[in-house]
Amino acid sequence: MDLTLNVWRQNGPEDKGHMETYPVSGVSPDMSFLEMMDMLNDQIIRDGGDPVAFDHDCREGICGMCSMFINGEAHGPGRGVTTCQLHMRSFKDGDSITIEPWRASAFPVVKDLAVDRSAFDRIIQSGGYISVNTSGETLDANAIPVPKPQADEAFSAATCIGCGACVASCKNASAMLFVSAKVSQFALLPQGQPERASRVKRMVDQMDEEGFGNCTNTGACAVECPKGIDLSNIARMNRDFLKASADSE
Amino acid sequence: MLDSKIPEGPLAEKWTSHKNNINLVNPANKRLIDVIVVGTGLAGSSAAASLAEMGYNVKAFCFQDSPRRAHSIAAQGGINAAKNYQNDGDSVHRLFYDTIKGGDYRSREGNVHRLAEVSTSIIDQCVAQGVPFAREYGGLLDNRSFGGVQVSRTFYAKGQTGQQLLLGAYSALSRQISKGKVEMFTRHEMMDVVMVDGKCRGIIARNLITGELERHAAHAVVLASGGYGNVFFLSTNAMGSNVSASWKAHKKGAFMANPCFTQIHPTCIPVSGEHQSKLTLMSESLRNDGRIWVPAKKEDADAIRKGTLQAIEIAEEDRDYYLERRYPAFGNLVPRDVASRAAKERCDAGFGVNETGEAVFLDYASAIQRYGKTEANIRGLKSPAASEITELGKQVVKAKYGNLFDMYKQIAADDPYETPMKIYPAVHYTMGGLWVDYNLMTTVPGLYAAGEANFSDHGANRLGASALMQGLADGYFVLPYTIGDYLSQDIRTGEISPDSPEFSAAEKEVKERINHLINNNGTKPVDEFHRRLGRIMWNECGMSRSAEGLKKAIEDIQALRDEFWSDVRVPGSDDGFNPELDKAGRVADFLELGELMCKDALERNESCGGHFREEYQTPEGEALRDDTDFTFVSAWEFTGDPKESKLHKEDLKFENIELKQRSYK
Repeated sequence: MDLTLNVWRQNGPEDKGHMETYPVSGVSPDMSFLEMMDMLNDQIIRDGGDPVAFDHDCREGICGMCSMFINGEAHGPGRGVTTCQLHMRSFKDGDSITIEPWRASAFPVVKDLAVDRSAFDRIIQSGGYISVNTSGETLDANAIPVPKPQADEAFSAATCIGCGACVASCKNASAMLFVSAKVSQFALLPQGQPERASRVKRMVDQMDEEGFGNCTNTGACAVECPKGIDLSNIARMNRDFLKASADSE
Repeated sequence: MLDSKIPEGPLAEKWTSHKNNINLVNPANKRLIDVIVVGTGLAGSSAAASLAEMGYNVKAFCFQDSPRRAHSIAAQGGINAAKNYQNDGDSVHRLFYDTIKGGDYRSREGNVHRLAEVSTSIIDQCVAQGVPFAREYGGLLDNRSFGGVQVSRTFYAKGQTGQQLLLGAYSALSRQISKGKVEMFTRHEMMDVVMVDGKCRGIIARNLITGELERHAAHAVVLASGGYGNVFFLSTNAMGSNVSASWKAHKKGAFMANPCFTQIHPTCIPVSGEHQSKLTLMSESLRNDGRIWVPAKKEDADAIRKGTLQAIEIAEEDRDYYLERRYPAFGNLVPRDVASRAAKERCDAGFGVNETGEAVFLDYASAIQRYGKTEANIRGLKSPAASEITELGKQVVKAKYGNLFDMYKQIAADDPYETPMKIYPAVHYTMGGLWVDYNLMTTVPGLYAAGEANFSDHGANRLGASALMQGLADGYFVLPYTIGDYLSQDIRTGEISPDSPEFSAAEKEVKERINHLINNNGTKPVDEFHRRLGRIMWNECGMSRSAEGLKKAIEDIQALRDEFWSDVRVPGSDDGFNPELDKAGRVADFLELGELMCKDALERNESCGGHFREEYQTPEGEALRDDTDFTFVSAWEFTGDPKESKLHKEDLKFENIELKQRSYK
């Protein structure tokens, strides 16, 4: 297939940035989107140009590093996939494809399509853990039974890959889906109870401090989430936050 | 010369007595000691978190934008532990025995036994951290089976066990970062280790956003930077996975052990074309329920390749379930090396089932029926229709393997619930790595290696679900103890200065190499060299190797390396974000490592585990070991050029296990 790519180019966070157009030809429908980008870069390098910078690593949809806003959608068309799992068979010969970075003030552009998502790390650092030291002398694992439905729900929440598609898809650049997934994982497990109230407060405070927007319940985040993280997690987080705030007053 | 420092005494007491006798550092002194950890996968994150909890000042480094993205995240199937929750006869000894046998008797008894001992603590620790393992209806932990064993000891979280374990370790690490006990450096790459007075005293790191070189000094350095499977270009590793940290250490005096021991995983999605940048694994857990086959008749295989026949049209009696046929005792659950070679054998014989002839079927039809019937019974359905059973069976399979099936569908554009998957072996893991003693210290004092970066526990073939076990064992339970033995000598040393001439010299060397790459003005992008190296490695140092092929590969790699240095084109500059430059440095190191791997494979005149030399096989085509001459660890010393590397041997002593031909029949 022959395609026309409109790619966002931005040389660092201070640069204003602009769109640039590149034709690519000979794209195979079996290629992944990132392999198509590899092909573009190969062409640019051989022509003596500056290749398009983008983040990627595992290329199997689990590391959460790839992050492209393709034709107005986080991770492009299709549901339940990351950019690296998107295949060119989702496009047609002659298509024009617009490729942009995640756009959110809490995610400044590093270069071109790569952004800085360290705000997510800082949110986890603020409380996204259970305070247990490594000793090997904790309780036997089976001494903490967890009802299967609850364990399964905690697992579903825990599958978030921290890619930031939720933020990129939200008109307010809210990080509620990301934060609530971690809050929910621990809220659903007995091990998470002792710090349940303080955790949700600290994480929400940190989220606000990072400059993420508010949630207005449009649900775009959950639609675009490659891992299908459910909106009910946000409701759970809101309940927990309200309760924690009321209890502490 | 090589002292493995395995403690004296009976096997089952070695680790306990070693811990009892090891030197400790008191809490006040720990605060005076700095430790650097490179890599934040399971081994690195868990080591950094544990060392910080103990009181050391830790600096952790990763090249990704967050420690949570290290490639441990992609491990699918599970983690082994000798809990015996299923009451199926498992024990520490059995896990130890299975691992030694699975590794084809090329690993250390002492290390492997310790691994089996601490395995149970890992599960306890992870559950306490809130890792959501799969559970049964009673609320207790579920298990499944993996290749090369006859018990169910694998704990799992769907097909995302690595993700859940890594996020557990990442949360422990994040907790220490928030306390200020770990200083985290993301998007930083280690460029070299720095030696001062014969000891490793720090690293030179490069900030991948600004391009700045930084000096970081410490009393000890831990490399937990993963394996080197990406030397093959196509592998299941992440794009950024690299050997550079280990290789830099190797060039500064750390021996590389068994570099040719590579794991080729039998169940990956086959290569689809020239454009391919990586391969995707389909978890070994699929072999629990899936059956592997090729057509028994060549004409059927031909018709399938041409697209005139579909897999589901082939009658049961015309299918060759070759693993069940050749290995009735273990069937589809033979170890990875055995399963991979068997797939290659069938495909080489002309029975492959995709356009390239390099694929076999992994079939879930009978599992869907089996689960469907059980589920119908559970639900008390009286004489259910066939379609009902199939539907119920699909639901059970979806619950167990749903994400893997989705992934397959996405990549292969084929529905595995309806038609068998096509799979083929691919490079997955490297058993070889930096040589370490029982304390996980390399041959360089103060330089440690943990997880896949070291060579210690898997011999010539790793069993499934044991990489996660080893990474966390090293990081949570081994290194935090053993490093104290060395650091106890350092309590009066005081802060290490990064301003010494040694740091300046190391930084200068790094800078010169970067300048060379940036100013080379060649014509070919880095990837082209990487692909060509990968092709040489896969053809000559992959699933089967021969003296003739390896000799040729060594020459080809040398020529390719020269071409790289004269003709590589690295765009951009060294003072900003430049992923091509990062990649160039990594590929330059792979071009040296590849040669050493071939040299090691050539030197080892036997077949064992993943190392299969065509000249050494039994009449049935199984690996033929030579225990008289090759029961040793190859440890290579760098002497200035890979072709001049010097071989040292650590003899392996088996006092508790009798060496036998590995049989899974």
